[in-house]
Amino acid sequence: MSTATVSGPDIDSDPDHLRLRGRTLPRWAPLAGAAGAVVVSLLIYLLTPVDSEIQIVLMAALGFVVATTVVSTVVEGGRRARDRFATTLVYTAFLLALIPLVAVLVSVISKGAGRLDAGFFTHSMNGIGARDVGGGIYHAIIGTVEQVLLASVLAVPFGLLVAIYLVEYGRGRISRVISFFVDVLTGLPSIIAGLFVLAFWVLALDQGFSGFAGALALAVLMIPTVVRSAEEMLKLVPNELREAGYALGVPQWRTILRVVVPTALPGIVTGVMLAVARVAGETAPVLLTVFGTNLINSNPFSGEQSSLPLYIYSQAGQPQKFAVDRAWAAALVLIIIIMVLNLAARLFAGRNRLK
Amino acid sequence: MATRIDVTGLTAYYGKFKAVADVNLTIEPKNVTAFIGPSGCGKSTVLRTLNRMHEVLPGARVEGKVLLDGEDLYGAGTDPVNVRRTVGMVFQRPNPFPTMSIYENVIAGLKLNGVRKKALLDERVEESLRGANLWEEVKDRLGRPGAGLSGGQQQRLCIARAIAVEPQVLLMDEPCSALDPISTLAIEDLITKLKSSFTIVIVTHNMQQASRVSDATAFFSLEKTGDPGRLVEFDKTSKIFTNPTEKRTEDYVSGRFG
Repeated sequence: MSTATVSGPDIDSDPDHLRLRGRTLPRWAPLAGAAGAVVVSLLIYLLTPVDSEIQIVLMAALGFVVATTVVSTVVEGGRRARDRFATTLVYTAFLLALIPLVAVLVSVISKGAGRLDAGFFTHSMNGIGARDVGGGIYHAIIGTVEQVLLASVLAVPFGLLVAIYLVEYGRGRISRVISFFVDVLTGLPSIIAGLFVLAFWVLALDQGFSGFAGALALAVLMIPTVVRSAEEMLKLVPNELREAGYALGVPQWRTILRVVVPTALPGIVTGVMLAVARVAGETAPVLLTVFGTNLINSNPFSGEQSSLPLYIYSQAGQPQKFAVDRAWAAALVLIIIIMVLNLAARLFAGRNRLK
Repeated sequence: MATRIDVTGLTAYYGKFKAVADVNLTIEPKNVTAFIGPSGCGKSTVLRTLNRMHEVLPGARVEGKVLLDGEDLYGAGTDPVNVRRTVGMVFQRPNPFPTMSIYENVIAGLKLNGVRKKALLDERVEESLRGANLWEEVKDRLGRPGAGLSGGQQQRLCIARAIAVEPQVLLMDEPCSALDPISTLAIEDLITKLKSSFTIVIVTHNMQQASRVSDATAFFSLEKTGDPGRLVEFDKTSKIFTNPTEKRTEDYVSGRFG
């Protein structure tokens, strides 16, 4: 917004004069437009028979976009109006996209927070029926943490090595074939991964249900995500850095290990975290391979375990209030665990960067 | 401790494309040799063949001989990694390692090759940074990231990094083309100073720079796009710039084309 006035020739009446300044809306105009749209739709909500909240929200969004664009067309002219139109569209889309996120958080917190007490974290479901008040998720947390950690231990080094091969060494046919199969694996439905481990590991090799069987299935799901994200990050490392390493007489493998991977590390960590978050919420493969139990089993290599998604699934499926409350609380805990893991990984990646 | 380079019948390819053909020249020890010529004439390619960086690109290969004090760089059993420890390189754009501090950047070559002794590393950092005329500017902030320096400082940091591994030869691929005149002057002073301990080969688009810093000059050119570049004339810098033998060299250095 420019409030400075330029003294000099009368620009408006002089047709030959350069026109570098144009009429602009004040800086608060979009905010005012948004507020106006909200007020108008609230009035409609209160005064007319329209009583659907979704319709009102969409009307407010539409009103905001239309009003801003029309006012801008009148005051500022075509090009700026198109700019305003695109800008308001982006803001509106952003706000609309926030709605589900906020709604999920609000409902999970409001329904799950009540049941979160010390007992919930320190007890299993041993001897607790669906109608009983008590019970907890201790066994499920142990299961989820162990299964996800094991899956990461299996999948992250493997995926990272594949990505390094594809970016740094892979030429020609083999790398194209590997790349293709990684794509195929990306689209693999999670229940298929579970079925595969059930048929191969649990039944054919007769290893029985265990946390490790679940970790195998989750690792199958993690590998393609880790490979793809690490690959993208490694590709972003400028070739000049590799050449700088070679020119110092550093062998290729050392250049990759000490220069290329550290440069890409923050991005790789983010990718790994996305993969972890994805598999931590998987239910189907875990159901088929870990089976689920009400008892505490901290040994992932033998016997059935539980896990948070499995716990939520079994509790939410029961028609009693106490069971459903337990499911909501467990959902909240699952969200918190994934968030904490995410923050920890970010801190770790940030520590490696220079201040 | 500096080295003579003899190039005979050198031809370099990128895949099927012949980038530069049949180059013969001798680079004298403790001299600055400049490669000049229009874009695409293959001067950077020739430079990169001198420490086997050419073949880093997929499909690139080299024919002919490059002798480093009589030893063939492209002979059977020659390890490119050892070649690059002997022949250092500074690139067109400053490329300090972004994850490393100034200190770590300087000793990157040593550390990545397994030198661990702190006293030796400390000593080498100061020596190399002094060698690159950068010590006074950065001695109080060695722990800061190398990428935080100005462009000219970054380029001198890269030179310090290259000389820290104690090569015999230093190759410079248009080291000043991304820098302002003041930083360029600093680098040129540095080249003159480094000449006493290294054999230096520099590619430059700037003919004044070639005439200021070099002892010998090689002029490369090409007939037309798609043809391989060739070495047109190689002689003392004073001769190339005042009384060249070839008509094309004269046209180029006097600014009649290119």
